[in-house]
Formats: sequence, C-alpha cells, structure tokens
Amino acid sequence: MDVLLAPFQYEFFRNGVIAAVLVGGLCALIGVYIVLRGMSFIGHGLSHAVFGGAVVAFILQFNFYVGAVSWGFVAALLINQTVRKTTISADAAIGVVTTASFALGVALISRYRRFSQSFDAALFGNVLGVTPTDIAVIVFVTLAATFMIFFFYKQLLFTTFNSEVAQVYGIPTFWIETWFALILAAVIIASVQIMGVTMIGAALVVPPITIRLLTDSFHRLIIYSTALGALTGLIGMYLSFYVDVSSGASIVLLQSALFCVTLFYVSRVRNRNRLVETPVYGPT
Amino acid sequence: MQPLIELTGVNFGYGAFNVLEDIDLHLHPGQFVGLVGPSGAGKTSLLKLVLDLLTPVEGRIERVRSNLRVTYVPQIETVDWSFPVTAEEVVLMGLDHRQNIWPWPRRSERERARAILDKLEIDHLAERHIRDLSGGQQQRVFLARALVAEPEILVLDEPTTGVDVRSAENIFHWLTHLNQDGMTILLTTHDLNMAAAHVPWVVCLNRRIMAQGPPQEIFTESILEDAYKGEFIVIRQNDMIFVQQKPHSHGLSDVLPDPVEGGLPNHDSREKSANPVSALKES
Repeated sequence: MDVLLAPFQYEFFRNGVIAAVLVGGLCALIGVYIVLRGMSFIGHGLSHAVFGGAVVAFILQFNFYVGAVSWGFVAALLINQTVRKTTISADAAIGVVTTASFALGVALISRYRRFSQSFDAALFGNVLGVTPTDIAVIVFVTLAATFMIFFFYKQLLFTTFNSEVAQVYGIPTFWIETWFALILAAVIIASVQIMGVTMIGAALVVPPITIRLLTDSFHRLIIYSTALGALTGLIGMYLSFYVDVSSGASIVLLQSALFCVTLFYVSRVRNRNRLVETPVYGPT
Repeated sequence: MQPLIELTGVNFGYGAFNVLEDIDLHLHPGQFVGLVGPSGAGKTSLLKLVLDLLTPVEGRIERVRSNLRVTYVPQIETVDWSFPVTAEEVVLMGLDHRQNIWPWPRRSERERARAILDKLEIDHLAERHIRDLSGGQQQRVFLARALVAEPEILVLDEPTTGVDVRSAENIFHWLTHLNQDGMTILLTTHDLNMAAAHVPWVVCLNRRIMAQGPPQEIFTESILEDAYKGEFIVIRQNDMIFVQQKPHSHGLSDVLPDPVEGGLPNHDSREKSANPVSALKES
C-alpha cells in the first residue's frame, strides 16, 4: 500500500496523476473517432504542427496556449479542407501540413538556441513541469470535449460513419468536422506537457485499437477506450515515478504492451473458434 | 403538378472534364424514375446534384421547398463494413437528431426502427454487426435507414449491386410497394431487365439524357446502342421486356464463344489467346 501512496506526498506527483488520468482518458476518447475515420496519423502530425506554433508563440511573446491552439486549429482545418476539396488522401495532407509546421519550429529553435532545453520537455513530456494552470486547461478541455461528444454523439457518429450521406440526412457535417478539429487541436495542446509531442499520436490511437479488437459496439468502444486511456495514464505515472523514465513514454509503452497482449489473446481465441467451427469432412 | 425537384440546363464537370451536359429533368410527386446508362455516364453525379451534394457548373436546380425530406441509399461499396455498428444503430442514424438531444435513442425511436426492420423482414438481425449480414440484408438495412426518416423522395444508387437475383427482385418489389403508397423514388441501376420489369419511367443517360419515357419506349435496340455504344438484343414477350448485350459488341468476338452458333468463331484468334503472355509479346 505504501508503494501506491508514497508518491502522493509529492505535489508534482499529485498534479501529474490528475493530468495523466484526464489526458489518457481524453486522448483515448477522441482517438476513437480518429481511428474510425482512418486518420490515425493526425494526432502524431498535429502534435508536431502545434510544436511549430508553440515556438512561434514563444518568439512573438504570445501566450503559449493561444498560439498553439490557433496554430493547431488552422492546421487541422487545412487538413480537413484539403481532403474534402481535393483528391489528396488524408495521410498525404497530414504529412505535408504538419511536417512543414514542425520544420518551422525546428528551424526557429536552431536559430534561437537559448530556449531549446524547455522544448525538450514539450517533445518528450515532463511530469515535473505540470502546473495548476496546466491542470485547469486540461480540465476545461476535458469538459468541453465530453460536452461535445455527449450532446453531438449521434451527429458525430453519422459523420464519422459516412460524412457525405450524413449531410443528405440534414447533419451539419461541415460544422461538426470544424468543431471536432478545434477540440482535437485543444486536446493535443492540453496533452503536450504530460505526453510530449512525440507520444500523443500513440496515446490517441493505441487504446481505441486495443478495445476495437474486443468489441463491435460503438458505445462500448467509446466507454472502454476512455477507461483504458485513464487507467494506463494512472499506472504509467507510477511507472514513470519508480522506473524514472518520462511520463509520456511510460504511458505509451504500457498501452502498447496491453495492445500486444490483447492481440495475442484475440488471435488465440479466433484460432480456437476456427478449429471448433471448421466442419470435418470424411467418408460417408 | 409542380415538380418536387427540377433540373434545367444543368452542366457539371470535374475540372476541365464534362460529366453531364444540358440536363433537363423533372421529378414529380409519386414518380418512380430509374436512371440507366453505362459506367461513367454520370448517373451518380446526377444523383448527387439532386441531393445537393454537388453544385452545377451551369444551369439551375430548384426544389419545391427548402425543407424537402430527401433520403439516400448510397452504393454498397462506399460503406465501411468494419465500422463498429449494428443494423439497428445504422437505422437509428436516419432519425431526425434534433428531436432528441441525448446520445441514447428513446423507446419510441427504437420501436420505429424495429418496425421498419420488421417490414423489410430483417428484424431478427437488428443486433448483428453490419459486416455479418449478407449483401441483400445489408442493402435492406440501408433502405430501412432511409425509410425511418419518412422521406418524400427516396434516392438509391445502384441498390441491387452485389446482391443475388432473389434479393434484387425483393428490393424492387418493396420499392414498387413504397411507390404505390405515394413515395417518390429516384434510383440508378445497371440491371436493365429489373428496370424494365419494375420501373415505370426510365431515363437513359450517357453524359446527356439520350431518352426518357416508359420502359417500352426506352428499351429499344437503337436507344440502348446509342447510349452504351454496343449491340443489344431486346426481346418483348407479352408485357415483358428482356435486354441482353451481345458479347461481340465489345470487340470480344475473338475470345468469346458465339452465343448462337457455339464454339469460337475464329480458330486463329483462339490459338493466339491461349497464351495471353505470348499474345501480349506478339502485339
């Protein structure tokens, strides 16, 4: 019991756990829609794009959150519109828009080397740096994302399933996709401190694909994926504390390990069922 | 009677490529219209113009009211079959979401969805994942989603593609019943015989409207050959029409048996086609 409670004597751990549980659940919740839209790479790409925005905001002495959210939102909209209006596929659009933005951030960092240390934390995640302001931002984004998904659940489901057909049935798909892009950008910014730019993509994708292996039901996928994200956030924080590795890496490694175990389990169950169901033909 | 949707002088294209030219089409209340034509004729583009998913380059499209209830059954190939939804959840998507802001359906909504599924004889499959249904059952699920919205116009894009003959017959049977109950229907199909048997008004399309009218007038060898650029045999018996495309008409006479005489019409060409790789090298 002491092993579980001892880290809570430190304020940074208490803040880190709150942030990791919320961010883990939030990324997994949003990730369900990302995976089902076949845009798994968008989290990885947008987090890099946001990094460029954060650097620009730092240089221009803007508020970090304002600069990064605006940058991420514009990048998400650019990707959405490129996919909607042209024949360019989602992965190509994500690759172009976000890598260019990340490259801008790298170029600016190499030009102004004096602040490269603080951006290491943004790249790989640093639980020590979670402040009460960061927690307030994460709580706000969690509430906003949950509100949107709760009250636009059916519209978002139909739009994710088939955006064009949803439009015929009166769903305002443009606004739904725009709101989703904004929420996604906000989730990524809120998650940067705890997960790190390089790990957010996995935190968005791994819990939903793990649960997807176990269920064919959309609402179960939403609930269990969020729960898995939050749980791995909590356990990942303990791992981070005791093994002394970055919080983002420990959470993603834990999620990836669970994915491998689930994949192994599902493959074995399927193989067993296949053997049971295969009719045996013999001489009659 | 005022048409529900009226297209006048509509041109549409993708970039420099014209897909549809000078389209005049009126969809009147209670009509059952079938669009036929070869692949690439612009049938799906025309449906999407009617559905307001595309904007014409020229011409105008007028709806009798802005709140006209139109529902759409897309081509079965456009559906993501691995998406985690059951048949019932697909049908529930068709309901007006402004009536219920909560994420879960009301009891009355589920009963409505079940009643439609029951009408289409797939009520027992409501809890099944859409991937686990046969082609005909999948098509009926999407038809149920369209019907649960109680549309004034039902638009279907190739509703019998990928389904067996019996299921295709059933789908047209239900559509005929719906039309007899007053629903306006617009569909595209490649199944000319099914269209000849069930659709009262046929529009033959190949980038422009080649002809439109009752099937007895449209399914003639000259109109079909003009639209499809191939040779057709049209057989009429009592009130029935049978349409068959001649295999020769695609330049396949060298490799396909003659439908009347049997056997291969050209011995030399058969020898050449026996080994496609060497035939390619020779060419």
